[in-house]
Amino acid sequence: MSEKKETAISTGLLIDEKADRSIAGKIAYVWRLLWRDKAGLLGLIMFLSVVFAAVFSPWITPHDPMQQNIEASKQAPVWGEEGTAEHILGTDSLGRDVLSRIIYGSRVSITVGFLGVMMAFTLGMIIGLISGYKGGRTDNIIMTLVNMILSLPYLVFVVFVAAILGNSLLNVILIFGFTDIPIFVRVTRGEVLRLREEGFIEAAKSIGQTTPKIIFHHIMPNLLGPLITLATFEMSAMIFYEAGLGFLGLSVPPTIPSWGNMLAMGRQYLTVYPWMSVYPGLAIVFTGFGMNLFGDWLRDAMDPRMRRKKK
Amino acid sequence: MLRYLISRILYSIALLVGVLFIVFILLHLTGDPVSLMVSRQASPEEIESLRQELGFNRPLLVQFADFVKGALQGDFGNSFRYRQPAMDLVLQRIPATIELATVALIMAIIMGVTMGILGGSNPNTIWDSLARGLGLLGQTIPTFWLGLILILVFALQLGWFPTYGRETFQILGVHLPDKSIILPAFALSLFTTGQLVRFTRSAVMEVMNEDYVTTARSKGLKKMRIYTKYVLKNAAIPLISIIGVQFSYLLSGSIYIETIFSWPGLGNLLAEAVGTRDFFLVQATAFFTSFVVIGLHLLTDFIYVLVDPRIRYK
Repeated sequence: MSEKKETAISTGLLIDEKADRSIAGKIAYVWRLLWRDKAGLLGLIMFLSVVFAAVFSPWITPHDPMQQNIEASKQAPVWGEEGTAEHILGTDSLGRDVLSRIIYGSRVSITVGFLGVMMAFTLGMIIGLISGYKGGRTDNIIMTLVNMILSLPYLVFVVFVAAILGNSLLNVILIFGFTDIPIFVRVTRGEVLRLREEGFIEAAKSIGQTTPKIIFHHIMPNLLGPLITLATFEMSAMIFYEAGLGFLGLSVPPTIPSWGNMLAMGRQYLTVYPWMSVYPGLAIVFTGFGMNLFGDWLRDAMDPRMRRKKK
Repeated sequence: MLRYLISRILYSIALLVGVLFIVFILLHLTGDPVSLMVSRQASPEEIESLRQELGFNRPLLVQFADFVKGALQGDFGNSFRYRQPAMDLVLQRIPATIELATVALIMAIIMGVTMGILGGSNPNTIWDSLARGLGLLGQTIPTFWLGLILILVFALQLGWFPTYGRETFQILGVHLPDKSIILPAFALSLFTTGQLVRFTRSAVMEVMNEDYVTTARSKGLKKMRIYTKYVLKNAAIPLISIIGVQFSYLLSGSIYIETIFSWPGLGNLLAEAVGTRDFFLVQATAFFTSFVVIGLHLLTDFIYVLVDPRIRYK
């Protein structure tokens, strides 16, 4: 079996020998897989719409999210009592437009989720490669540390560190980026250990290929599938945790519109003006729902065994 | 087997030492713990005197040695706000949290395991879809938002439950919470329910494909007997460790729920301590929660050995 095909099969991009191996062919193939599973497609569309909202916030928001207007404060959504089409989801206690703030809030969530995961992904993969490939004492030390960190009550420590470092976007990204490394290390290492036993790695070794070449050409491409799947779930989890920190007043400064900050503020008015906290929460649910649907599809698609079962 | 258990105990002790180290280091993360604790208006003299008083002017190593010595005696310093030993406050609050987490866990097991078994043993039916849906909901609805929605619907609109607080009734001299625990426990449990559904479903599906189940079927055993005797027994083993992990999640996840429902537990105390920058109290809470979590993991390991003979004879 050729090395290229081996790679292709385990990343789940090709299914039979006749398939087109060019990049365009692979994309077309992934698209066909996605089209077959409507839940995964729906998830991707939901997620992409949040990304779209984050990127194009200034152009699609009906109002300036920071614009205060005491006269128009605490207005109900358009279908509520005295609601107006001017503020579709109502206004908050300072008269700021809830819909516009939700759209802008996606920026914080997507930024934290994306950069946090990128950081954990990169560092976790490097450490996991070292741990899995070197083995022996290095592996022991790294894995002991990883298991130690993973057995701590995560939320308590995240809250602790956030309180120490203070409110800022950068701090939040760093906190989640660092604390998420162990999970990526564990998954990478597991995959490396499995791959190391594969025939094509042994073949590469026996023809005298150097370690860096084996790692970059043979192991890394095979890691991407499981790691990208993990990244999807971790990003969705990070968006949750960021909102949770915001809810406790420990994420980005309160002046920045974010879903967690909106929930924290809306909570004080829950009994009389519920829309201030209900809709930002729905935005979190929407994002999480989309990412999890997509993630579930991705996990099955990356695993050829699952795909065969489904047929 | 004994060797395995002893090694687990030693590992847990090492973990606790690690936790002490982390808890100590975190407070020194910005380089100056005193500036974290004082108000912005404090004069340099005030800051300096507090630094002297709390011993933060000494070498770091001496401070750490002192910290560990204190911690071993349960002394984590005094809470600024309550002017009481931090650990005493933590111990006062822990029963309410354990209570909440236990009720949440029971709810999650009843809902999650039942739906998981129904879904896993009837793949591609309406039960399976329901189970998968519940699993997805658990993962996508944030507990802090769910708490608010439950208050809106069941406390404010329908008036079935109080909006917040812990109310009790007395039985044989013990104060037990009344229906006021239902909303917070349910909100806390949903994530765990989702995890348990997903897990039970796939565990049951896997066991159903095992040779011994096929054999049992071909022998003509009754469906019920196959389930109780083979499927559930084998699916239960990995469930134990998941439940252990989930209970520790419930303990730390209570920070949101206790804040929303003003439940007088550890999570509420932590949120309050963080808000008032009462860092000795934060340290004590973080250490104690870790202590409980590590203890729970150890307990799960023990139970594992008891129920799974394969580990016992290794």
